[in-house]
Amino acid sequence: MFYRESGQFKTSYKADQAILPIFQDRVAMVFMLLVAFVVIPIFANDYWLGSILVPFLVLSLAALGLNVLTGYAGQISLGTAGFMAVGAFAAFNLQIRIPEVPFLLAFVWGGLWAALVGVIFGLPSLRIKGFYLAVATLAAQFFIEWLFTHFDWFTNHSTSGVITSPPMEMFGISFDNPLNKYLLVLAIVVLFAFAVRNLVRSEIGRAWMAVRDMDIAAEALGINLMKTKLLAFGVSSFICGVSGALWAYVFLGTVEPQAFDIIRSFEILFMIVIGGLGSVAGAFLGAGFIVLLPILLNNLGTLFTGGQVSTGTIAHIEYMVFGAFIIFFLIIEPNGLARLWQTGKEKLRLWPFPY
Amino acid sequence: MSIKDKNTAAQSDILMNIKDISLSFGGLKALLNVNLHIKKGEILAIIGPNGAGKSSMLNVISGIYVPQKGTVEWKGKLRKKIAPHNIARMGIARTFQNIALFRGMTALENILTGRNILMKRNLFHEMFYIGKGRRQEEEHRKKVEEIIDYLEIQSIRKTPVARLPYGLQKRVELGRALALEPELLLLDEPMAGMNVEEKEDMCRFILDVNDQFGTTIVLIEHDMGVVMDISDRVAVLDYGIKIADGTPDKVRSEQKVIDAYLGVG
Repeated sequence: MFYRESGQFKTSYKADQAILPIFQDRVAMVFMLLVAFVVIPIFANDYWLGSILVPFLVLSLAALGLNVLTGYAGQISLGTAGFMAVGAFAAFNLQIRIPEVPFLLAFVWGGLWAALVGVIFGLPSLRIKGFYLAVATLAAQFFIEWLFTHFDWFTNHSTSGVITSPPMEMFGISFDNPLNKYLLVLAIVVLFAFAVRNLVRSEIGRAWMAVRDMDIAAEALGINLMKTKLLAFGVSSFICGVSGALWAYVFLGTVEPQAFDIIRSFEILFMIVIGGLGSVAGAFLGAGFIVLLPILLNNLGTLFTGGQVSTGTIAHIEYMVFGAFIIFFLIIEPNGLARLWQTGKEKLRLWPFPY
Repeated sequence: MSIKDKNTAAQSDILMNIKDISLSFGGLKALLNVNLHIKKGEILAIIGPNGAGKSSMLNVISGIYVPQKGTVEWKGKLRKKIAPHNIARMGIARTFQNIALFRGMTALENILTGRNILMKRNLFHEMFYIGKGRRQEEEHRKKVEEIIDYLEIQSIRKTPVARLPYGLQKRVELGRALALEPELLLLDEPMAGMNVEEKEDMCRFILDVNDQFGTTIVLIEHDMGVVMDISDRVAVLDYGIKIADGTPDKVRSEQKVIDAYLGVG
């Protein structure tokens, strides 16, 4: 009844090709941004900001990056955490060696290095697809982790093999408290989400999806498969690199290469599978599911058992419930939460009428 | 312009000249010493029984296969081996025997993808949807809408193609090929699996495209009624050898063609 686009006539292609052509969607977007930028900073405490929302946002960004590659361009990658590590270590090394560099520039530098490494490890995608490509990208994951563990130049010869991120300061503002950190990450994530949304509705995005859906036809239309796939690897790894830098600088503070292990890669892959491949919203929904649901279950578990059951047992039950949720959502909608949301919106257009 | 005028006018204007080509896969000879020319502005049908080498011929024309022997001239110039993604840039577009649409996209996006090579790639502009990146999206949308109007698929432009019925999918695929504004359009069994009405629609579109845009069309088709009705010229292949080439009436009465289709007594 409320979500209906009747009466909203487009009189130009410009209006029809706007980023959110439906009025209600624009209202919802403004509302969400208001909540994220204003309401949450006012009401959330440091624990929520620093330990829940910041990791949620950073991992959303990594999922967004992987979704560009896997969801839009159709190239499966298991090297996500490796590319994140490249971003983190490149940003760290730039700032250690040239301390005058502002940290935002270091993030971009980290992203660029991750993009370069991503393109190099993306080269096999020109010959192999699917599971075989996934295994080839696994090489990136293991190689990068090994490199940062065994060559202490990357950790600035730290004896523990751990890097400590330099303090973040810009325009006289110090990003050392959870609130500032949260706003910084939020701004970066919103910027990237906007950029990816624009990319996928433009010429580049169509080329990616064409390669994903039917590469022979894409080639017959004059799309250069090599350039298109490598561009996807580059853009995706850039985003993953920036998210890796944020993970190190904003969330962890001190990082060892093992923070970017294969488990992290899988975690991010699960996010986009559950959230929805080929959807910007899917990256956020998936990250929310993987990051926030266990915390919710943990709190519920403690609440219901009231301390009668040992924490170990509760932890096991949480895992089981979490696993059951994953299976449940994948059965009712194999295309992910974003598609579920889409279907819901289509139903809402008709509500309260059946059709 | 009557059909006769068109033929005489086209005679002097040969778009592609295929001379004495042979193509084999291992021991299998797909094409053997075939000569074929394609005149500008004609509708040429390639027919033949199963395994006659029709699809191989189409792939030689489009440049995907390079024959082991013989030469291919494109607009009077010898054509060398080309990368598959450069075929479209030469002005050759094609549709596929089995529908090869981008299933995750809408009809509109599919046809827009056909215009990708006419657009200029700029990561920065497209990322922020500004400047040339934005303008080209709007300009090409206009052109795509013309094609959509032309093919009468306005009502389904925002429908994901996977949800469309077969006949409409074929139409979207034709639209995607037309979006390239090709000089030569290759259609691999455009009517396969269609009912009579869908076939009639498709025939109308093919004739209109040929007539209005002057696009040269080469098609493979099994429906003889359609072939005889719409083509200016028919080439018949059998076991990799061209056994007949001429107007539909002439080809129809040739003994070799009848033998190939009905078998020799």
